[in-house]
Amino acid sequence: MAEKKSLGKELTKGFLDENPVLRLVLGTCPTLAVSTSVESAVGMGLAASIVLICSNIAISALRKVIPSKVRIPAYIVVIASFVTIVQMLVKAFAPSLDEQLGVYLPLIVVNCIILGRAEAFAGKNSVLASAVDGLGMGIGFTIALFLMGFIREFFGTGTITISLINGGQPLWNSVFGENPILIFILAPGGFFVFGMLIMLANKIAEKKGKEKAQLHSCKACPMFATCTAAEKEDCDR
Amino acid sequence: MTALKPFLSILLMAILTQNFVLSKFLGICPFLGVSKKTKTATGMSLAVIFVMVLSTAVTYPINTLLVKHELEYLQTIVFILVIAALVQLVEIVLKKYMPPLYNSLGIYLPLITTNCAVLGVVLLNIDNGYGFAQSMVNSLGAGIGFLVAMVMFSGVRERMESSDIPESLKGLPITLVAAALVSMSFLGFAGLVENLFA
Repeated sequence: MAEKKSLGKELTKGFLDENPVLRLVLGTCPTLAVSTSVESAVGMGLAASIVLICSNIAISALRKVIPSKVRIPAYIVVIASFVTIVQMLVKAFAPSLDEQLGVYLPLIVVNCIILGRAEAFAGKNSVLASAVDGLGMGIGFTIALFLMGFIREFFGTGTITISLINGGQPLWNSVFGENPILIFILAPGGFFVFGMLIMLANKIAEKKGKEKAQLHSCKACPMFATCTAAEKEDCDR
Repeated sequence: MTALKPFLSILLMAILTQNFVLSKFLGICPFLGVSKKTKTATGMSLAVIFVMVLSTAVTYPINTLLVKHELEYLQTIVFILVIAALVQLVEIVLKKYMPPLYNSLGIYLPLITTNCAVLGVVLLNIDNGYGFAQSMVNSLGAGIGFLVAMVMFSGVRERMESSDIPESLKGLPITLVAAALVSMSFLGFAGLVENLFA
């Protein structure tokens, strides 16, 4: 029973309390880059989640085989292999998504969330717990991307369009119909919406008595483990 | 002059209109994390320029080899490994032979391995079908663009330190709003390169 309860916790912690994007501030590049529409945002969320779950399972299963000195390169190889598989699948079954995500699809390799979870969780925990952790974090990532995509597409184009539903026709026309606020789908809008969402997440966390989201220049970086002691000291200045 | 035109246009595009950080959103982690002080921002950016140009020089022939043997699907795995190994190698070489340079850039090197801007520029060069010289110029431009964005933004942040910010915006949210404004100023360059070299 205790085991079940803790698994549930591993799953839901990624949704809000430890949301990888809004609380841990990881994976910011894809969050900002592909959130111009709901479709590409959710597509990226799902692609990254699949890689995250698979690599968490593989790394956790191999955790006793991989020597700790070369674990980071080993993790990178495992992650890169799964990214390549996902890349091929997306190219074959969802070519329009492949076009929308472009270079950001292979860049899932360097998504800090995945390497970060490998280093912080999968390398130390059982296969089942790691799979659940990956699933929870993946859902959290997808939720954050969906929120970003929805807000930016809603204000920036005035409609929400998903090619799989309603035959590529806009789902509804928002109040901005004729005069959308274009800046929301341009680069500045991405930064702005992300800032506002983090502010909201901070407010919710504050009510629960937790500290604000912070970007630790180094500690959040998975490569931090490979820094020498002197470098670690230097990097927080 | 006419021979230089395409290179100049690639360089200016990478620095201004298609700035890696502010319009392509590559390398956001260091952009937000290491931009508190201008000195560290400059150090980090110089290391990024160095690694970008070097990894482009190394991955270009490797990619030619991959294409020749029809192994393009291995690009992601091969490139990330090559970049990671290269960064380690550069760190070791700098430590041994150029200690002053190592002291100013060394601490940033491990962080650069998982910097999406480096892998991003390598992949974009291939996507755009650039030749060797064009790829090098594009990488240099991307690196300089990163430097420009970092230095500008660190200046903004240094001034923000002493200003009165609403409580709920303090920390990351105001940083992102400031980034939005800096990025908006770069929108002003839109169309510049196309018109300059029309």
